[in-house]
Amino acid sequence: MNERAGTRCGIRVRVALFITCLADSFSPRSGIATVRLLEWLGYEVVFPRAQTCCGQPMFNNGYHDEASRLARHMVDVFEPFDVVVTPSGSCAATIRENLPTLFGDTTEADEVRRLGARTFETVEFLMRVLKVDLRELGACRPGRVTYHYSCHLRGLGIQPADMERVLSQIADLEYVPMERIDLCCGFGGTFALHYPTISGQMVHDKLECARRAEADTLVCNDTGCLMNIAGAWRRAGLPRMQFLSMVELIAESLGLMGDLDSVGSGVDGMGTHA
Amino acid sequence: MRESSHFSMKQAVDRAVQDREVLQFVSSATQLKYEARKEAFAHDFGHKRYQHLRQLAGRIRQDVVENLDHVLDQFTANAQQAGTVVHRARDARHANELCLQIAKANECRLCVKSKSMVTEEIGLVPDLIAAGIETIETDLGEFIVQLDGDTPSHIVTPMIHKNRASVARAFVRELGVEYTEDPEQLTAIAREYMRGKYRQADLGISGANFLLADSGTAVVCTNEGNADLAVNMPRIHIIVAGMEKVIPGHRELAVFLKLLARSATAQPLTVYTTCLTGPRRPPEQDGPERVHIILLDNGRSAIQADLTSRELLRCIRCGACLNACPVFRNVGGGHAYGAVYSGPIGAAIMPLLQGLETYHELPEASSLCGACYEVCPVSIDLPSHLIRHRREGVDQHLHSWSDRFMYRAWAYVLQHPTLYRGAQSMARWVGRALAGAGSSGGRVPVTQGRSMLPGIVGFHPESVR
Repeated sequence: MNERAGTRCGIRVRVALFITCLADSFSPRSGIATVRLLEWLGYEVVFPRAQTCCGQPMFNNGYHDEASRLARHMVDVFEPFDVVVTPSGSCAATIRENLPTLFGDTTEADEVRRLGARTFETVEFLMRVLKVDLRELGACRPGRVTYHYSCHLRGLGIQPADMERVLSQIADLEYVPMERIDLCCGFGGTFALHYPTISGQMVHDKLECARRAEADTLVCNDTGCLMNIAGAWRRAGLPRMQFLSMVELIAESLGLMGDLDSVGSGVDGMGTHA
Repeated sequence: MRESSHFSMKQAVDRAVQDREVLQFVSSATQLKYEARKEAFAHDFGHKRYQHLRQLAGRIRQDVVENLDHVLDQFTANAQQAGTVVHRARDARHANELCLQIAKANECRLCVKSKSMVTEEIGLVPDLIAAGIETIETDLGEFIVQLDGDTPSHIVTPMIHKNRASVARAFVRELGVEYTEDPEQLTAIAREYMRGKYRQADLGISGANFLLADSGTAVVCTNEGNADLAVNMPRIHIIVAGMEKVIPGHRELAVFLKLLARSATAQPLTVYTTCLTGPRRPPEQDGPERVHIILLDNGRSAIQADLTSRELLRCIRCGACLNACPVFRNVGGGHAYGAVYSGPIGAAIMPLLQGLETYHELPEASSLCGACYEVCPVSIDLPSHLIRHRREGVDQHLHSWSDRFMYRAWAYVLQHPTLYRGAQSMARWVGRALAGAGSSGGRVPVTQGRSMLPGIVGFHPESVR
């Protein structure tokens, strides 16, 4: 991308990073990658300190009064920004698809809907809005990479093939499709807490598919899935594997993460360990 | 938390996972069906046309559901015109009473029955048998389930949880035949047994996959041809169908026939698609002398009256959401749901049909992955209904106080950025301590059998540069 100006039609675009509560604690590297990537592309990225959580756990579990309050907090925090990017597909989907349903036909619903309309999962923002072609940017990252399709990308209208296309734009990257690519890993946020038995069997199924791919790196667009799969992988004592968020992989492929090989790789089994 | 009549899916799951063999069957059988279905639609229609088709089907069904009274009146008038006696049943008991009255009035002694989930819903067969009417399930899967004194574990494939050996044992025990696991021989034995029953039966009972308003026709889709014998050989035929099964007519039927068998079993069409309009008319040689249809409400009116829930009445009972559901696959099938309708559609409708108080755990047992929505041929947004039940559960205080406390306290912290930052730091500190100060061998037992917490670092805007 040559015009690395961070402007659209001459107007400076104000981009905010919504790190999400999960990535904040467990995958800060995906936040760092998001900021570096966008800044490298010429955008100024702001991290509003008052941000917390989109309210997905409350929404999904039926605590809708609480979720509404968090939705209002989201609206307030991100009000000053033109675009909100987040390294989590499920949080983006919650904001865009679910939070507006909490407010019926009120003006508040419109505000939440407006927030949803300008909130994007990072890779989605790169591909759909900025229309970045990684080939043109000289993206290169050697390795055998497999991809887990996180369920909530469905809510953003993203199909596995869309992300496979992104991976195909990275030179030297050998993409190995995972069997049952769209099979849920069993995390499901608090589902793993409430139904550990079923969740454990689901991640076991996922591990089988991931193992058979014989890759050295597994990527996906959600911290939750990544944590779940990486944790199970490590406990099963499976061979060395890197677990990266999609945006980390992209940032790496552009040489933006060189100094950060071990810094901020939160969960064991994620980042460079496993 | 009220414990009265509440069904504990958690306990049912804990029991179900003990049987590794059944888990394995159900998991591989549903996975195969899921893959085959996907392939069938991709091959025959392609992604875009399939999406178009399911949206069209969804709109047709939604339109029917919105105007159910009108479409039902039209169906009733045309069915009566064709000579069918149409009944409306308020609930399960009423429907069973109607069946028994018809059977008694016609002095029926032996009933051959084809597969119908609605008769499972109302518990018809035990009532018939109790009234002295011998009743044989003629769908092979249902026949085996009946022999074994079991209940169906899947809407479409009722014996998905059974293997050959257990079928063979049931045949030896109940039919006194020699032990064989050969599917062809087993089928031949069942067939021989059933043929005798068809010849003597004076009552046939079936469900209906669709009811066509424009002609008063009931459409029955089967693969074994058993329904054709069950409804044509006996003198009396009773059709029991949910009142929502009606569609406008033959034109719309074309859309649903494209979707039903592909969604259910990856077939382009079921082997038999039988359209039944009224009793035998001269000079016809076969067919029943009398046809009754019982349109069952049993809670459907209430679902229809709710603007959001009514979408669920679009369901055509193809079972695709069961096969797609990773939870259904990992709990050994439908029995873990403790209900006649299982899987995602069961979790969405059982709380409406039988009360949330009884079935509030069903909608909770879902990772909300959305695979069910993706495969639904009438595009019912199932996850949103599960979430809605969860909200109802919260409103009705059906969850444990510890759950309520956890979510409310959590939300409170999240509403206060300073508290949130503090909590994150604390979590990091605790996490690191528990994880053995960053050593990769650390293990934090957050939940049974999993650890997800080690070595938390935290995002700091400063660390970007």
